[in-house]
Amino acid sequence: MSDESAEGPVEIIQCPVELDYTYTAGQATTRFLRGVGEGKLLGQRCIVCGKIYVASRGACPIHGVPTGPETVEVSDKGTLVSFSIVRIPSENLSVDPPFAAISVLLDGSDSTFMHVLSDCPLEEVRMGMRVEAVWIPKEEWTTSLKNITHFRPLDEPDAPYDSYKEHL
Amino acid sequence: MRDVAVVSFAQSPHVRREQNRNEVEILMPVVREARERSGIAHDEIDFVCSGSTDYLAGQSFAFVAGLDGIGAWPPVSESHVEMDGAWALYEAWVKIQMGYADTALVYGFGKSSPGDLPEVMALQLDPYVLTPLWPDAVSMAALQARKCLDEGVLTEADMAAVAARDRRHAESNPFAQVKGSADPEALLAEPTLVSPLRKHDCAPISDGAAAVILAADDVARRVCERPAWISGIHHIVEPQDPGLRDLTRSRSTEIAADKAGVGAGTVDVAEIHGPFTHQEILIEKALGLGPDTTVNPSGGALAANPMMTAGLIRIGEAARRIQDGSAGRTVAHATSGPCLQQNLVCVMEGR
Repeated sequence: MSDESAEGPVEIIQCPVELDYTYTAGQATTRFLRGVGEGKLLGQRCIVCGKIYVASRGACPIHGVPTGPETVEVSDKGTLVSFSIVRIPSENLSVDPPFAAISVLLDGSDSTFMHVLSDCPLEEVRMGMRVEAVWIPKEEWTTSLKNITHFRPLDEPDAPYDSYKEHL
Repeated sequence: MRDVAVVSFAQSPHVRREQNRNEVEILMPVVREARERSGIAHDEIDFVCSGSTDYLAGQSFAFVAGLDGIGAWPPVSESHVEMDGAWALYEAWVKIQMGYADTALVYGFGKSSPGDLPEVMALQLDPYVLTPLWPDAVSMAALQARKCLDEGVLTEADMAAVAARDRRHAESNPFAQVKGSADPEALLAEPTLVSPLRKHDCAPISDGAAAVILAADDVARRVCERPAWISGIHHIVEPQDPGLRDLTRSRSTEIAADKAGVGAGTVDVAEIHGPFTHQEILIEKALGLGPDTTVNPSGGALAANPMMTAGLIRIGEAARRIQDGSAGRTVAHATSGPCLQQNLVCVMEGR
């Protein structure tokens, strides 16, 4: 046997990768973030089907055409259409686990939106639940989704399944 | 073999930095233009294939966002290569040859400006022994250029002549990023950037996109007055370790050119994807082109080099010259990997 086999294979090497990127939001996301900076959630409409996308990246993914440039303000209240209970901590999260990651269909929007649900016992989280955004104090607003800390339950009856079944 | 042709081509203006548009916003108008020009309706496209790399955006699955720009509902038959769009075109060509599709949309896009491109390209190297050294893409090319100079394969004057020729050609290309050039003698008086490469030896860093529509047989004849029929297309890869390769010639291009049938007729126009001047010389030799061939009338990659797109643009540019009747038989070349590791050759003709 050779010396190499006696020592065994090299199983780990360290190869740190650090690359810096400077992003530009693009036209559609810029329109959305400018709205967020003023406390508004702005949707953008497909010129073919009229669907309104919130946090549009500039295209209707169904028709492959540009959205906008006019914007449509949608509500910061909506219906929870899906959720997952997160129990694994991550340094990038502003909330402590366990918490509910949720998909919200904002009133007036045709696309869902990911955020976090809080102020609610986890065993009560359910599809159809009515929720609203909780904003940080106005004087702290920037052009960032961090303006919304989380969503919380609304004291309203659950939305009927048919009203959100296309968004699961 | 089925007869397959390029029937339409569109590209974005290529710029150093797309400040106001994300990838999808760059891509969408290009795809729309290629489709409209082809006269083939969205629901008549059987297959979609794209080329891009997530490393440019620094986000995993960044290529999926590109699909928002093509309209993927009802669901479409789609594929992606983490390569230049020229290889996406090859995949689409195979799909059509197999009888699974009669038409295909092929696109490539690259927005390099968010990151440091030469550094990002170090991640395409062998991860155990080369990437940890972080050799940037320009330095890798400079090693190859030095070897070519030392072995007498080419001279710095040859390289400057290529730069001047391509960038003068680019003056008539409305999509080009770098146009016009000083005389080769003046270029040689400039300092080196990464020895022996000077600035003029290196392609610019570009943001851009391109799209091509392929169609087979009667569909191509119906939608296009003069389709650019693909008479041969082939690609060959060399070993990943540059130390195992002869960097002073492009064996893979030689083989691909032979298999694609470049030598079977005269070549009116050749579009070569050479991100560095010495590489363009190596490819020109490997293709066996004669003095009657016009090389890079568009300006080539030295005029605009959107990553994962510049190879597809070569096919589009070579096809365009058949469609407009200015050429009868053209050759397009695309490259991928460090120091011309992988090469594709596509021969097209009007009939």
